[in-house]
Amino acid sequence: MNGAKVELRGLRRNFSGTTALDGLDLTIEPGELIALLGPSGCGKTTALRCVAGFEQPDEGAVLIDGADITRVPANRRDAGMVFQSYSLFPNLSIRDNVAFGLRVRKVAAAKRHARAQELLELIGLPQIGERYPHQLSGGQQQRVALARALALEPRVLLLDEPLSALDAKVRVTLREEIRRLQLSLGITTIFVTHDQEEALSMADRVAVLRAGRLEQVADPATLYDRPTTAFVAEFVGTMNRIPGKLSGRTVTVLGQDLPVEGDVPATSDVEVLVRPETVIVTPDPSSEAMILVSSFRGSTSRLRVQLGDLEMLADVPGHDTVRLAPGTRVRVELVERPVLVSASSDVAAAVPVSEHDVV
Amino acid sequence: MTVQSPVHTAPAAAGGGSRPKKSKSWLATVPLLAFVVLVFGVPLVIILGGTFTREGTLSAANVTDSLQGAYLTALLGSVKLSALVAVVGALLGTFLAQAVVTSRFRLLREAVLTASGVLSNFGGIPLAFAWIATLGNSGVVTSALGLDSAGWSLYNFWGLTLVYLYFSIPLMVVVVVPALDGLRPQWREAAQNNGANTWQYWRHVGIPVLTPTLLGGVVLLFGGAFAAYATAAAMVGGTVPLVTLQIANALSGNVLIGHENVALALSLDMIVVAGLVMAVYLPLQRRSARWLR
Repeated sequence: MNGAKVELRGLRRNFSGTTALDGLDLTIEPGELIALLGPSGCGKTTALRCVAGFEQPDEGAVLIDGADITRVPANRRDAGMVFQSYSLFPNLSIRDNVAFGLRVRKVAAAKRHARAQELLELIGLPQIGERYPHQLSGGQQQRVALARALALEPRVLLLDEPLSALDAKVRVTLREEIRRLQLSLGITTIFVTHDQEEALSMADRVAVLRAGRLEQVADPATLYDRPTTAFVAEFVGTMNRIPGKLSGRTVTVLGQDLPVEGDVPATSDVEVLVRPETVIVTPDPSSEAMILVSSFRGSTSRLRVQLGDLEMLADVPGHDTVRLAPGTRVRVELVERPVLVSASSDVAAAVPVSEHDVV
Repeated sequence: MTVQSPVHTAPAAAGGGSRPKKSKSWLATVPLLAFVVLVFGVPLVIILGGTFTREGTLSAANVTDSLQGAYLTALLGSVKLSALVAVVGALLGTFLAQAVVTSRFRLLREAVLTASGVLSNFGGIPLAFAWIATLGNSGVVTSALGLDSAGWSLYNFWGLTLVYLYFSIPLMVVVVVPALDGLRPQWREAAQNNGANTWQYWRHVGIPVLTPTLLGGVVLLFGGAFAAYATAAAMVGGTVPLVTLQIANALSGNVLIGHENVALALSLDMIVVAGLVMAVYLPLQRRSARWLR
């Protein structure tokens, strides 16, 4: 099984006045796992459904290995899809669910049962062929849905938030399993998710969408470390926004002069975007800053620090938690590295999904 | 920061507990059981007692009489009418329900569902009168369209079928709409994604999922038509042979005196027919719903 190259060219889609896709361009290389990440309503699911054929773009084209398939009906496309939940046919046994596509293609019973068994072994559930969907857990159902999507050996695999209905522990195991399978089969995979951790941990590249357009596409480390826009910076991971004074390509923030990366706004009063892990906190009784809250997370602790009117988050090593208890006066510094700055209105639309991350 | 509170363990259960008492929860079923005895048990005993006695002695003559001549014709007529109404009503009701469920017009859906709820309970003399006034020999529509000169008559088997369908189709709509709503769009999309066309989706997924409901609907429609009396009595009197009309005749001594117990035998025949229908329905239902267990 080899992956195909998938190209989305200028996709536009309107739903009675709401723009879901606004000229989306994206190329997915053969064998690559790409995650489409964005807040709800950003168009990521619509984009996936355009590739599956369940949605017709108003403008633009979908190409698989250079061939335009925009008008090809969904049942003639070479793409297997896993839905969010409850997509298994309830009246068919697990084996018949997996073999459904082969049955439709009139493959002989013995052959399709053998293939179904092969796939059930691939997903690690060889014993459940005779059962019915409602007898399986959510995680098992999604594995079976994955097996069914792979049964016809498609060259593109489409995953529409397949883990979002599962509990946290199953989610983590299953995403590792999906990644393992994807790598061993070399199948081009588009994975839609609103969970940044999922996107960053699984994907070769992550495409961040905003209001139907591509905001940035990059490998997870680059996306996290070098976001090109304030929106991406704010959406992926957690960001502090600290007022600073811009002069040229240098910004003065918390008494430090740091080089600026990316776009420079026209105003000199800016907000500097700083990740919690690049904030250095050390006890200092003479300092004004004070720790308000500390939440221990094992290897790290997240602190909420008050500095004048400003509150900011800092991640410190877990073993420092004792000396950085709430109420401790601390000195706050930033790691010397280039930072992103923005005029405050730029990031208004970005809402971190994992708000529980913020203390 | 989360503050851990000391964990309070519950004191061990106090010793010397009383012996477990026998549950009295079964008492709650007494009203239901009383109802069943009164409504099903007593009539059944009366029917059985009457059916197998003639002039004070034990006899099967009533049953024999009920299964020949005009009585047999009426019984078969009822079965034929009910089966036709059940099958046609179920089919048309399902198609109508599907049209409503997939319609984009919410108002239409609400209107059809409300109308179905009302019409499925329409029956008896008012229903007969409504049809007589509309499509009877001097009905409004009959006169307006000149149907009488074209040989139209409402007072026969087909006319009765039409009137029974008038409440059976809405009843089927009411029964099948929730099942159609339960067909998840993901199933259709997953089927398409696996290469199935619309027909293949319905053949392998849609219809099998609906089958338990459809079978139930057919049986319900059959029962409704089989037991209907007042509408038929008001419309056709004795011109269409139906078992319910024969029971009424026998009970009231309209035709022959002393046949009251034949009426009871006919009632027993009806119970047997209903039992046969269930004997066909239940295994089919169980088979079609095996994926639900």
